[in-house]
Amino acid sequence: MNQGVVYTETVVHSAPEAFLKDAPYQIAIIILDTGGRVTARILGDRAAIGDRVTFLESRDGIPYFSTIHNPPSTIQL
Amino acid sequence: MRPVAVIGVGRTPFGVFPDRDLRSLAVEAGRNCLENAHLAPSQVEAFYLGNFAGPAFVGQNHLAPYVGAALGVTGVPATRIEAACASSGSAFFHAFSAVAAGLYDLVLVVGVEKMTSQPSPRVAEILASAGDLSGEIKAGATFPALFAMIARRHMHQYGTRREHLAAVAVKNHANGAKNPYAQMRKLITLEQALAGKPIAEPLTLYDCSLVSDGAAAALLAPLERASEFTDQPVRVAGVAQTSDHVALDEKDDITTFVAVKQAGQKAYRMAGVGPAEIEFAELHDCFTIAEIIALEDLGFVKPGEGGPYSAEGFTALTGPKPVNASGGLKAKGHPVGATGVAQICDVVMQIRGQAGQLQLPRHSLGLAQNLGGSGATAVVTILRAA
Repeated sequence: MNQGVVYTETVVHSAPEAFLKDAPYQIAIIILDTGGRVTARILGDRAAIGDRVTFLESRDGIPYFSTIHNPPSTIQL
Repeated sequence: MRPVAVIGVGRTPFGVFPDRDLRSLAVEAGRNCLENAHLAPSQVEAFYLGNFAGPAFVGQNHLAPYVGAALGVTGVPATRIEAACASSGSAFFHAFSAVAAGLYDLVLVVGVEKMTSQPSPRVAEILASAGDLSGEIKAGATFPALFAMIARRHMHQYGTRREHLAAVAVKNHANGAKNPYAQMRKLITLEQALAGKPIAEPLTLYDCSLVSDGAAAALLAPLERASEFTDQPVRVAGVAQTSDHVALDEKDDITTFVAVKQAGQKAYRMAGVGPAEIEFAELHDCFTIAEIIALEDLGFVKPGEGGPYSAEGFTALTGPKPVNASGGLKAKGHPVGATGVAQICDVVMQIRGQAGQLQLPRHSLGLAQNLGGSGATAVVTILRAA
């Protein structure tokens, strides 16, 4: 899980109880360069379909990605 | 396999009923159905209950004999079937299979869900358990979010627009306003639908179906015995259930539901008809985009044409292919475990000419499509005047 392309995405406004503090947040299905797909959170700038994204880290089993043009060092995790 | 008929239907209104429990709703629908077919509970030979999440919503388990006994149905197989929002469509499919195979003659199917006793975040959490908890749901997806991602991709691939989605909501509200069983009997405008509170972009509140309490029931019998119970038997011309991956990210193309396509093709083949001959349909509009994709998957239109087709009025009550004359899940309500059988009740009532203000001029051949989760279960049923 390194880099990939956004296949689809949404910004969730009405969040489940566990993620109320995060809302609104973006999730996306990412087609990984290494093959396969993953549903992940997008941090930083909003990503659109077709954008390239890069893996940041996995926390509590949730993979976090960001767009390539918004590198991880500038993102508040 | 022998021909099978629906010989009775029954239902409760859909809505928010704080003073009603799961069992009383299921019993009311079941009793109405038995009365409709002039049948005593002791004549029922098998009982199937479609229910998604009674244990989570109300805490009660062992639901099929619990409901069956309260209806006066004991001493027979009583089985609960769970397939997310397709639970009672699946229960109907299994009841059909048993009658068609000759195992039983008189089989009762009830679908029920009691959702509104839980606070909204808990309802969302229970519904989310129909998705893949190890991946998509863990990452923060809700059901609206899954269908929002489907909508985004459909828009990207085919140019479907927000206005197309909103047109589905406007139409279903207009139909629901005339349905005495519907939860939401209120007209909305296109502007209202477009300006709704965002739930998961691009879906607003008006793109989402309702949280509801309610139940629906149907009685099945061999066609050759149907006239003993009713003057208006409705033949199950075709019915099929199919399955697919639960997680959205395990599917190659999320702008179509492969299971719906497959179930549709099987049901068409069994009924010996094609999409062009279907006169009207009840489609699973859990979200507006789902109705648009169902139009495409069932072959009413080509892939990508569902949005414009809806916006141009083809699926309106007065259009050439009326869809969700009942108001659909959007306006009629969506007590998830009741929805599949409720759609069948709606089609049966149309075929019998008992749909009141919603009665369609052409009503001899109808289709019901019930979807579980984001497409992991699909049931398509084709009914015709016997």
